[in-house]
Amino acid sequence: MFSVIFEQYNYAVVIILMMTGLYVVFASRNLIKKLVGLSIFQTSVFLLYITIGKVAGGQPPIIVDSHGGEHAALEPVLVAAAGGEKAAGYAAGHSEVLYSNPLPHVLILTAIVVGVATLAIGLSLVVRIREVYGTIEEDGIDILDYRYNLEGVED
Amino acid sequence: MEILSLFPAWLLEQGPAFVIVLPLLMGAITAILPSRTLAWWTALVVTLLCTVTAFALLLQVYSEGASLYTMGGWDPPHGISLVIDALSAPVLFLIAAMAVVTVIYAMPATIAEVEPKKRAPFYAAFLLCFAGLMGMVVTGDAFNVFVFLEVSSISTYALVAMGAARDRRALTAAYNYLIMGSIGATFFVIGLGFMFMETGTLNMADMSRILADLDGGSRVAKVGFGFIIIGLGLKLAMFPLHTWLPGAYAYAPTKVTVFLASTATKAALYLLLRFTFTVFDPSFDYVAVVLKYILIGVGVVGMVFASLQAIFQTDARRTLAYSSVAQVGYMLLGVGLATAAGIAAGYLHLLNHAIIKGGLFLAMGAFWYRFGITRIQDFSGLSKTMPWTMGAFMLSGLSLIGVPFTAGFVSKVNLTIAAADKGWWWAVGVIVVTSVLAIIYIGRILLAAYFGSPPLIDGQPAKKNEAPLMMLIPMWFLAVLSIAVGSNILGLGDDFVMASERAAALLTGQGG
Repeated sequence: MFSVIFEQYNYAVVIILMMTGLYVVFASRNLIKKLVGLSIFQTSVFLLYITIGKVAGGQPPIIVDSHGGEHAALEPVLVAAAGGEKAAGYAAGHSEVLYSNPLPHVLILTAIVVGVATLAIGLSLVVRIREVYGTIEEDGIDILDYRYNLEGVED
Repeated sequence: MEILSLFPAWLLEQGPAFVIVLPLLMGAITAILPSRTLAWWTALVVTLLCTVTAFALLLQVYSEGASLYTMGGWDPPHGISLVIDALSAPVLFLIAAMAVVTVIYAMPATIAEVEPKKRAPFYAAFLLCFAGLMGMVVTGDAFNVFVFLEVSSISTYALVAMGAARDRRALTAAYNYLIMGSIGATFFVIGLGFMFMETGTLNMADMSRILADLDGGSRVAKVGFGFIIIGLGLKLAMFPLHTWLPGAYAYAPTKVTVFLASTATKAALYLLLRFTFTVFDPSFDYVAVVLKYILIGVGVVGMVFASLQAIFQTDARRTLAYSSVAQVGYMLLGVGLATAAGIAAGYLHLLNHAIIKGGLFLAMGAFWYRFGITRIQDFSGLSKTMPWTMGAFMLSGLSLIGVPFTAGFVSKVNLTIAAADKGWWWAVGVIVVTSVLAIIYIGRILLAAYFGSPPLIDGQPAKKNEAPLMMLIPMWFLAVLSIAVGSNILGLGDDFVMASERAAALLTGQGG
């Protein structure tokens, strides 16, 4: 059982972060803490995508200058070092060098921007809620809203 | 078709990109415009142009078939493609047309509901939300869906929060929507990650082809499908995931409520159809199970419970919001039947409900505009003080119940026939029971308005105080439209049925 966790260490971390984040969102009654939970939850997804993009033995996806230069000599060594039939087949069929998949990284750049925007809007909402209600605890807000429903006056 | 030749060729060619880029660009510009009148005109012109383009694309789909637009000339599966077909074109046109209706209405409504210095940013956020929804519908790239989903969602959180000038609960409603919406979008993107692991592509058509080759794929694809359904379920207010909706609808500025009720959940439902039937396929056993047990299960339970909750609300806007959750149940029931007739009925109800609920919420906004009321007990005698507004509300309300010769009747009858065709008589029973519940919750409002007497102000009954013309025109347009669809005036009813049948034919693989 432990060997599975160690072999797939990244996925284990992703699951732990994901569940921690989601738990904090639902269990916490403080508006800021909920947003922290949400951010952890979203970050776990970034990690999941980055993990998907990793190819065993893959190079960073940067085109190296193959006309001379010190990198040229290194390439065949790296492909061989990558090992495994799949990797060798991939290298032979498509490219001289085995690269990690760059696409998930690009996707996650977008997702990070989305996460930042969500957090910014969320925090500014909390600021406004603090100004209007005078509290950022959900229990307090619920009491104020309940009183407002009964009496129709803000206090 | 000769109408089609009236549109310039570039509009048809570049239309799919145009409807996203224009509102996105103008949204950014509107944010820095100095005057709110200028912002309003910008929003109006942009939405009108998009409506014209969407209409041209709709006609093009029906005369020449589906079209594929490659963004920047990069061919799929590597580039992002935009797809206009019988499924996406009607929803695209619906969103654009509803945007125009709500922008016209917004002129008087935002003056009453939004703080002065926030009115230009209000239109900017609206245009961004609009661009996001249009993007969600036209894009053929799965990750692009997520990006547009978030563009529309994030601007919606801001829009809902702007209702705080009217009712401070808008802030907590926006916050709750933000939490639930972000969880939904994140679930969706987790699902996409799994689908990328399984298929190695993000293009929907490519993904669909690879999945079919893999015969549904491994456990990774199943988990991905689950995440995608939950994520979209949160966005479309599928029954147990609907908790964000009543607050957001009740406290947002009216224009936002109308736009959300008639387009946002509809775009999410469109995505559900797109993913379940074209990316995945009901022939995969796990998809069939989700359709038959999950979607129908939550659809039916949602119809009953949300209708019951609607009956016990004191706030009329919350009543309508819970009714929206119930109506989503009807659509899910149609989708879950997974027959051509069922999907067509669900799709038709999607279009009709947008018109009906839009009309109802527009009238709600007018009541608040004149008298500052949202509670049902305050509606007493509104038929005498605001006869025209109440008249539009009544027509749309009858349509929601499903009285014959209204739009609601057509889609409910089609749904009933589809369920009966499959031999699901219990589903027919549920449709009838929930329609009776709809009579109760709409009836409560109508009873108070038509049989109550106007409240006394300084010892005198309240005087007649009709809503301004710019509010009356949009709400009567929608009310009359729902009657026209129901009674097949100008062949509109046939057009709607034809659109839904073509969409269903596309999804069930009988040609588009």
